Parts: sequence; C-alpha cells; structure tokens
Amino acid sequence: MNRRLKLFIPVVIFLLMSGFLLFGLTRDPNVVPSALVDRPLPIFTQPSLYPEQGEYSTEDFIGNILLINIWGSWCPPCHLEHPLFLELSESEQDITFVGISYEYSMEEDRLFLEERGNPFDYNVVDFDSSLRIDLGVTGAPETFLVDQNGMILHRHIGAIDSSIWNDTFVPLLEQIR
Amino acid sequence: MIPELGNFSLALGLSLAILLSVLPMVGVYRNNQLLMAMSRPLCTGVWVFMVISFGCLAYAFLHDDFSVAYVASNSNTLLPEIYKFTAVWGGHEGSLLLWVLMVASWTYAVSLFSRNLPLDILARVLSVMGVISVCFLLFMLFTSNPFDRLMLSTPAEGTDLNPLLQDFGLIVHPPFLYMGYVGFSVAYAFAITALLTGKLDAAWARWTRPWTNAAWAFLTIGVALGSWWAYYELGWGGWWFWDPVENVAFMPWLVGTALIHSLAVTEKRGVFKSWTVLLAIAAFSLSLLGTFIVRSGLITSVHAFAVDPERGLVLLAILLLVIGASLFLYALRAPIMKGTASYTITSREVFLLINNIILVVATAGILLGTLYPLIHEAINGEANMVSVGPPYFNTIFLPLMALLAVFLTVGSISRWKKTSTAFLKEQLTKVAIASVALGILLPLAITREVNFGIFLAVALALWIVLGIARDILTKISNKDSLLQGLKSLSLSYYGMQLAHSGMAVIILGICLTSHYSVEEDVRLAPGESIVIRGYEFIFEGVTRQPGPNYEADAGLITVLKNGEDYLQLRPEKRTYFATGAIQTEADIDVGLFRDLFAALGDPRGEGAWVVRIHLKPFVLWIWLGAFIMAAGGITAILDRRYRTKEKVSQQDKIVTQKDDIVMEGA
Repeated sequence: MNRRLKLFIPVVIFLLMSGFLLFGLTRDPNVVPSALVDRPLPIFTQPSLYPEQGEYSTEDFIGNILLINIWGSWCPPCHLEHPLFLELSESEQDITFVGISYEYSMEEDRLFLEERGNPFDYNVVDFDSSLRIDLGVTGAPETFLVDQNGMILHRHIGAIDSSIWNDTFVPLLEQIR
Repeated sequence: MIPELGNFSLALGLSLAILLSVLPMVGVYRNNQLLMAMSRPLCTGVWVFMVISFGCLAYAFLHDDFSVAYVASNSNTLLPEIYKFTAVWGGHEGSLLLWVLMVASWTYAVSLFSRNLPLDILARVLSVMGVISVCFLLFMLFTSNPFDRLMLSTPAEGTDLNPLLQDFGLIVHPPFLYMGYVGFSVAYAFAITALLTGKLDAAWARWTRPWTNAAWAFLTIGVALGSWWAYYELGWGGWWFWDPVENVAFMPWLVGTALIHSLAVTEKRGVFKSWTVLLAIAAFSLSLLGTFIVRSGLITSVHAFAVDPERGLVLLAILLLVIGASLFLYALRAPIMKGTASYTITSREVFLLINNIILVVATAGILLGTLYPLIHEAINGEANMVSVGPPYFNTIFLPLMALLAVFLTVGSISRWKKTSTAFLKEQLTKVAIASVALGILLPLAITREVNFGIFLAVALALWIVLGIARDILTKISNKDSLLQGLKSLSLSYYGMQLAHSGMAVIILGICLTSHYSVEEDVRLAPGESIVIRGYEFIFEGVTRQPGPNYEADAGLITVLKNGEDYLQLRPEKRTYFATGAIQTEADIDVGLFRDLFAALGDPRGEGAWVVRIHLKPFVLWIWLGAFIMAAGGITAILDRRYRTKEKVSQQDKIVTQKDDIVMEGA
C-alpha cells in the first residue's frame, strides 16, 4: 500500500468507531429486550409470602391483566416505586397486582408491607429462584405487564415512576382494554 | 447570588478561552509577537475564572444552597462537611467543572514553566489547549451547567450524595484520575504543534517528556486509587473487574506508558518521530473517549452517570473535532517527520519498539473488548446482546504483560544504536538463571506446592529486580566507591529503575493475591468462629449504631492468631437516612504481607449473619507497586537536564529575536 495512504488508517479506524458510538447513543441502555415479550407467562407454582395462604400457580392469575413486580424489602429502588404501586392498586381496579419477593427474607418483606402498605393482590415468594430464571430477571425491581391471555406485553427493568407509567404502560393498557 | 457569580465567571472563562484558542494562533501565522505573547496572560485569566467558578460551587455545597439543582441532587444537610466539599465532584456537572478546572490548570502550568520554549511554539501549544477548554466549557454551559437553579420550588432538603461516594477514596480518586486524563492534553498539544510546524527534534521531545511523565504519574495514582476504593468500599473484596469504566481509564495509561518510552527514543536517537506523535494523540484521545463513554451512559456500568443522549451527541461532536481533526492532520503531515538515525536489531531502540507494540496491542485488545458488545449489537440487532467479561481480558492481557516483563529487563540493560549480543549474554545469563531458579525454589520452600503460575510470576519479578541490580552494578563498576558511583547516576535513570521495580512489585502482588487468597462466605451465629490459615475469626454479633447521616448494623469480629488475641474487625452495614440506600462497609486490617478482610452479608435470623471473610496475601503490593511507579515518573521529571537551557532552544531564541528586529524594522 502507498505509504501516505497508510497514514490515514488511524483516522479511518477512529471514524468507524465513531459510527458505532453514534449507534450506541441512539439506543437506551436501560431497555434490555426480553426474549419473553409476546410469549406466554412461564408456568410456575410458588409459595405465598404468607404461609397460611399456601401456594400459587400460574392458573390462579391468568384471565386478568397482570402487573408482575419483582421486588425485595432490601432493595432501595423498590422503596422508591412502592408509593406509585399503592396508588395504582387503588386506581386501576381491573389490574391484578402480583408481587414476587426476590430474595428469601420473608420476615422482612412481610414487615415492609405491613408498615408501608401492601399494593399486591397476590404475594409470591420466589423460593428457589426458578421463577426468576424463567422470567430472565436481572435484578430488582423489574416489572412485567401480562395481558388477559397470559401473554407478556412488556418488561421494564428498574424502578417505575409516574412518567414511565404514563408513557409506556398506559398506551399498552389502552390497547388491551 | 454566589451561584450566579460562578456561572458568570464560567462565561468569562469561556470568552477568554476563545481568545486563547484564536489570537496566539493568528499571531503565529501573522508573525505578530504581541498576539503570541497574549497567550500567557490569557491562560492566567482562564485559570483564575475557573478557580472562582469552582469556589462558588463549593460555597453553594457548604452552605446547603438547594436552590441549585446540582447541589440539591448531590448533597444533604446531614452530610458531613468534608463530603459536602467532595460532593462538588460527586456528579456529572460538578466533575465536569473539575475536569475543566484541571485543563485550565495544566494550561496555566505550561505557561508558567515554559521559559525555555520559543514563543511561537508556546503560542501554538497554549492555543491548542485553549481549544480543548473552549469545547468543554461550551459543553458544560449548554448541556450540564452545575449552577442551574431550581427556580420555582427550592427543596428544603437535598437528595444526598451516593453513599458509595461518601468516602476518602472518592475525595482523592477523581482528582488524580482527571489530572492524569487531562494532563495528556499537554503532550497532545505538543504533538499538534509538531505537526503544524513540521519540526520534531530532540528539544521537542525534551519539552514534552516531563509533562507526559507528570500526567502519567497522576493517572497511575488515579487508577490505583480507583482500584483500592473498589477493593474496600464496594465490599466485594475484588480490586479489578474489567468494568468498562475501569478499562477506559486504563487504556490511556497503557498508551501513556508506551508514549513515555517512545519519547525517550525520539529524544535520544531522533527516530520513531511520527509514531511518538501518534501515541501522544492517542493517549489524549483515549482519555476523551473515556470521558465520553462514562458521561454519555453508552455502556452500563457501576460508574455510569445519569444517561442523557443529548449530552452524548455533543460529546461525540467534540470527539470528532479534537480526535478526528488531529488524526487527519497527522495523516497529512506525518511524512514530513523522518527519522535520521540508524539502529540495529539488538539496539535499545528495537527493544523499546517491542515494548510499544506490546502495550499498543494490549490497549487494542481492551478497546475491542470494551466496545465489542456495542459492535455486536450494531451488526446483529438488539436481540443479540453479549457481554465481555474478565476471562477475555485476562486471556489477552496477562500473557502480554509477562512478555513485557521479559523485554523490560533486556531493553533497560541494552545500549542505544547497537548492543552486542555478547554484552547482553554477559549481563543477563546469571540474572536469568538466578531468577528462574529462585522463582521456583522460593515459592516451593515456603508453600511446598507446585504452581507454575506462581513460579512464573516470582521469576519475572526477580528478573526485573535482579536485572536492575545488575545494570546499576555495571554502570558504577568504573567508579572508585559505591557511593560515588550511585551519585554519578542521573535522576532520570533512577526514575526509570524505580518505575520498573514498581512493575515487579505489582506482578508479585497480583499473582500472589490471585492464587493464595482465601475467600469464605459463611453463616455465623454469635460466638461461632471460622479458622483460616492460623487466624481464627470469632463472630461476636451485630449491634445497631447511629452515624452522622446513617444508622449502622455494626458487626464485631475478634481475630485470634495461633490461639492468641490479635485484633478486632468491625464491618458495618449502613442504611443512609436520606435515600434509604444500604451500603456495605468492609473492615480491613491492612498488612504488608496479608490483608484480613471482613464484610457483613445478610442477616439470617436469631443474630446470625452471613459474613464474608477474606485472607488476601500481598494484596497491598498491587497499589504499593503503582505508587512506586508513579514515584519513578516524578523522580525522572526532577532530572536537571529538563531545567537547563538547551542549545537548540537558544538557536530558536535567536531566530525569534531576529523576527523581533524585522518587526520593529517594518
């Protein structure tokens, strides 16, 4: 190759890299696509957070619109979104709220719900982490929206605030209501 | 009022920086001494206004002025005073202000310590640095102004500083890191100046070397402090994670190391000129890339600042301008710079070239690994996300570093231009035999365990250290006494050997820690204990204790050594009031030969906790080695020859004086 052309290699490499960087900026690093979107909710059977209520399995919930929230009393962002869920469980009567406790600290989770209010219609403990694995959960909190047929419509990673709720969840809900 | 003053002085600083980036450069091409001479006072001006701005932001923090949005989201009335001050650089906007303050400080320093520099060179260098200031000041003023007010409602209380950052490590880590990052802008400005003038001689290399050394030493300490902070503050007991943000700080360091060596060749032998220029551009470019990656939220990481695509776009534009334009200039102008000297295959030049190739290949490997998830996703679409982890980086990096250590000793013992193989053999045979033999026997004698990784690491460390001893002995063999001989060696020689021995210390630290650490996560009820290598850790239980802005679950662990009372460890789990954030605070007994590390996991009922206990031999050596390296870099700067006036620059002076006369005549 011509020696003078070789000198352009660094600038060409840099421009290529900038192209990838520009691409990187166009995507939202918080959106982690879930292979589960538009797929049915995995079938599971897990104990309730309250031992006297026994076990829950997938069939107990299917048929309603579900909002499944993976949370833990130890998780600060979960504390942040908690008040919103309390509000929503009042205002959105047609949605069934399912709370899945992330880590086996049932005592503290129960205490947390007792002190700050319980927005969930069902409280499930992911006792052996199998549900978390089936749902591909990366951390707490995560929230899944499931339609009446048990299909997963949307997955959100991280805490939900009212703007996220209005921008992403509300339009999806309008489609299925 | 004070925040407005800060904002105003940012704007004034920007105006002066614009003048700085334009006027002296115009002066150079118009041959106008007055315009060129304005560079110094303009630098001073920019620096003064940056200091005022920084002071104003610090004032707002110390006085809990939550009407300033940045203060409200990074501070809190309960925050201890010292953290209120360090919170100034705890978030994106403030740390950017620190970044810009440091660009201004380096520029000001160059203008102060440049009495030997011909005015036209100085004017170009300072102008280029002015351009960098302008870019980042514009970026700060228009996308990330730390003085933005919350106009309508002033919160009574701030959100609090991220508890991870409420720590001594954070007070010192970012400033050192930025000093290093930004310090490479000086080498960069010199490189651009060389491309503009087409003149790259020994004098140029001699001006550039101390600045590069200084920036490199700061970056060394910055990276080491970051690693140390991760070790004790994140509570995982690890010290390097190949996290994208660690990588982007490490890459400029590697290229900077290559640059230091290549500059030595350029100064002494007048070769590798365009390569040196390219490395100088690359070192600062990688610093900018690091700044971009961390602040655009491009890659998810524990360090990431809040994500804002708009900021990312502006930063990318700055990258294109500063890096793209300079690489383009390089492509056009590099052919002008030709090496003048010849050398043979066993010369020091070639060994340093090998050093450069290894370091650059390592950097390229890390860069690829860091950006690979992005590249993969861009080509294969969103559903295909991958992550690149430590196995990849270790596979690429560790063998290269072993190779580097081998060539380190050969290179530093060899001579410029031509080294006879007989000389190398005579110097190194005994060193090689001794380091291999001791490398195997020492670990074997102590641990009675066959481990080739350890043999290799100890042998490499000894190879470096014995090589240094051998070289010093050879160099002073013709002197009358040892003391006289040691006195005759230059400070830059001592600096080099100090930095090299730092490398030996780091190799030992990394390998011994990785192989011999014991890490136990155990459930312990009060009174229960665990024994690790002669240390018995007795868990005494956990009590609630209040802190200034948090409440802590404080654990108490009594450590017995060989059955006798030794010391107590107090790991904590803190809950911060303002955000409810939970923070693990490890307790570490630091020792030269081993660290005892204890951290609290989760409570398991009836007073029992999961407790993480590590015994980490030689872990301190990793950071010790880094500090020795940095000390080496600083020692080399103190060498007299950087302060004595050189013939070449005097010639330049004569030329500029002639220009003066011409001007006066005109």
